Amino acid sequence: MPTVSFREALNQAMDEEMARDERVFLMGEEVAYYQGAYKVSQGLLQKYGDRRIVDTPIAEEGFVGIGIGAAMVGLRPIIEVMTFNFSLVAYDQIVNHAAKMYSMSGGHYYVPMVIRGPGGAAHMLAATHSQSLESLYAHIPGLKVVMPSNPKDGKGLLKSAIRDENPVIFIESEMMYGDKGEIPEGEYTIPIGVGEIKREGTDVTIVAWSKMLTRVAGKAVEELAGMGISAELIDPRTIRPMDWDLIVNSVKKTNRLVVVEEGWPFAGVGAQISHEVMQRAFDYLDAPIERVTQEDVPLPYAHNLEVASLPSVEKVVKAVKNVMYQNGK
Amino acid sequence: MSTSTTEVEQKNTSSRTMGLPKKTLLKWYDEMLLIRRFEEKCAQLYGMGKIGGFCHLYNGQEAVSTGSIGAITENDYVITAYRDHGHAISKGIDPNAIMAEMLGKSTGTTKGKGGSMHLFDHRKNFLGGHAIVGGHLPIAAGVAFAIKYRNEQKVILCYMGDGATNIGSFHESMNMASLWKLPVIFIIENNRYGMGTSVERSSAVTDLHKRAVSYNMRDAVIDGHDVLAVYKATKEAVDHAKRTHEPTLLEMRTFRYRGHSMSDPIHGHYRTKDEVESQKKLDPIELFADILRTEGLADASYFKDAEKRIKKIVEESVTFAEQSPEPPLEELYTDVYRESTGE
Ligand SMILES: Cc1ncc(C[n+]2csc(CCOP(=O)(O)OP(=O)(O)O)c2C)c(N)n1
Ligand SMILES: [Mg+2]
Repeated sequence: MPTVSFREALNQAMDEEMARDERVFLMGEEVAYYQGAYKVSQGLLQKYGDRRIVDTPIAEEGFVGIGIGAAMVGLRPIIEVMTFNFSLVAYDQIVNHAAKMYSMSGGHYYVPMVIRGPGGAAHMLAATHSQSLESLYAHIPGLKVVMPSNPKDGKGLLKSAIRDENPVIFIESEMMYGDKGEIPEGEYTIPIGVGEIKREGTDVTIVAWSKMLTRVAGKAVEELAGMGISAELIDPRTIRPMDWDLIVNSVKKTNRLVVVEEGWPFAGVGAQISHEVMQRAFDYLDAPIERVTQEDVPLPYAHNLEVASLPSVEKVVKAVKNVMYQNGK
Repeated sequence: MSTSTTEVEQKNTSSRTMGLPKKTLLKWYDEMLLIRRFEEKCAQLYGMGKIGGFCHLYNGQEAVSTGSIGAITENDYVITAYRDHGHAISKGIDPNAIMAEMLGKSTGTTKGKGGSMHLFDHRKNFLGGHAIVGGHLPIAAGVAFAIKYRNEQKVILCYMGDGATNIGSFHESMNMASLWKLPVIFIIENNRYGMGTSVERSSAVTDLHKRAVSYNMRDAVIDGHDVLAVYKATKEAVDHAKRTHEPTLLEMRTFRYRGHSMSDPIHGHYRTKDEVESQKKLDPIELFADILRTEGLADASYFKDAEKRIKKIVEESVTFAEQSPEPPLEELYTDVYRESTGE
């Protein structure tokens, strides 16, 4: 199996889908001549030309809307937002138009498009440039939200997202573009809405996705193993639709749940997961569900405040010990 | 460093320098040099990992903030984008506080919360650096609305890049500012590129100031390398706004020497080394030094001395920043909601 970086995996997904389907095009700021602000579209302009790899002015509301219109009459746009923070400029187009079209038109029109780019904090980018907005998008019926944690899932899920008949919000991570991983040889896809058990365990279930999975929860699981705690680690890979059965069945086995997310606590994805598990596995729970989130404040610039605000291995270990009643008092 | 041009001073009669007081002219020179040297230091500190995040340098554009802010008073407002160090220094914010902010220290302009892209100082009527392209343009119009609402004789200078003229908020703000006659001076710092995309590749109308026509707004295009031209055009627009509350769109033609931010290349796919080098020959600081020299307002010893004085200010700012404490962790929870008194 070849080893590639996350950005190469995403690049391959777009490349293969563009080769396969003439309707697919890529549009966004700096995607063509600059080869992508994070070099995810490297080489695609040379291969497909500027008819299909399209640089835009700084006009998110406009070019996301252009994606919607093109999708309504049969094209398959991939719209890159330089980061998801800037997708907020296009939030009206995404929420009031892309997400509503199929339902509101009674099935006359649908919007098969992907809006992709990095989300989350990187390093000292401060409040407006560090946001994890998946709950904002997952809140909206009509949208799918995908957040892969490794190159293999990234490629397989992006290909599925491009082929999907609905608007798909595909959130990557600036910090993960250089992550390396093995991917299957040749053509493959990974279905949207199917999670994965990254590591089996018996004492507690930990749910985490994207960067929180690789940088925080995964490491916490190692540390917990050293302490004799066997954690089952779940990567839902898709935030909406969520693979509820996978999570619920795991909790029925471990009887404890910790959800780790980079976003804020209020109305976060973890709140929804907690509710679903409470409804479907109430009798199996041996402890209240714990959530590890970013602190409930705009993220500051200063390094020490940024670190203190974001989820950490230490915070996850503490949450796990809480649900194991091992923190003592 | 806002200047009142009414200050009584020894008269300088040269028409090239518009009869401006020598003191003012030399202050502008020092200010441009301070911005240049301050940011060269920032680049160094960024390379050493002491400054984090995105850091956008103003090298090459110094004449714009200096000349335009030189045309307003301390009571007038300034708002700008993320490339904000120059404007902050020109508006008189303490370089120590700016440097401390860059290093994420508690003595910084925003106590380490905003960083390079988000400098603020309400005492200086500096309403921020803003990092969402175009986000601050309606806000500038809102400040102008308040000025008019209270019938004050003030203006706000609102800076943006060429790239920002293509986002919806630009057009919405221009229209309302003109429709309601709001005293805002929109200043496009046209440095030819928004990141790696040239004006030609992003704007249907490349003479950006002409966009004012569609909003029935006054406009002008200015050589942004020439601090005197920048001052003159801005002063004219400011005086007009103070008289009539009417807005103006100014396009300053300028150039950034560095990459878009510290993490981007200086040249590459989007512009050639030759273009950068030939633009550097029009250096605003050098050009102004030439004028001061030919007008007999400054000599070699002045320039040498200025370098020394500025170097000291910059070094002091670094020492101040490095010796300042990090923000305490409790600072994480402050300033999120303001206490309401119910009044
Ligand atoms: C809404 C939004 N979209 C994209 C970005 C990313 N971005 C930051 S600066 C920039 C280029 C801006 O160029 P210009 O307005 O010309 O200003 P300059 O950097 O040249 O000063 C882009 C695309 C952003 N910050 N906000
Ligand atoms: Mg520009």
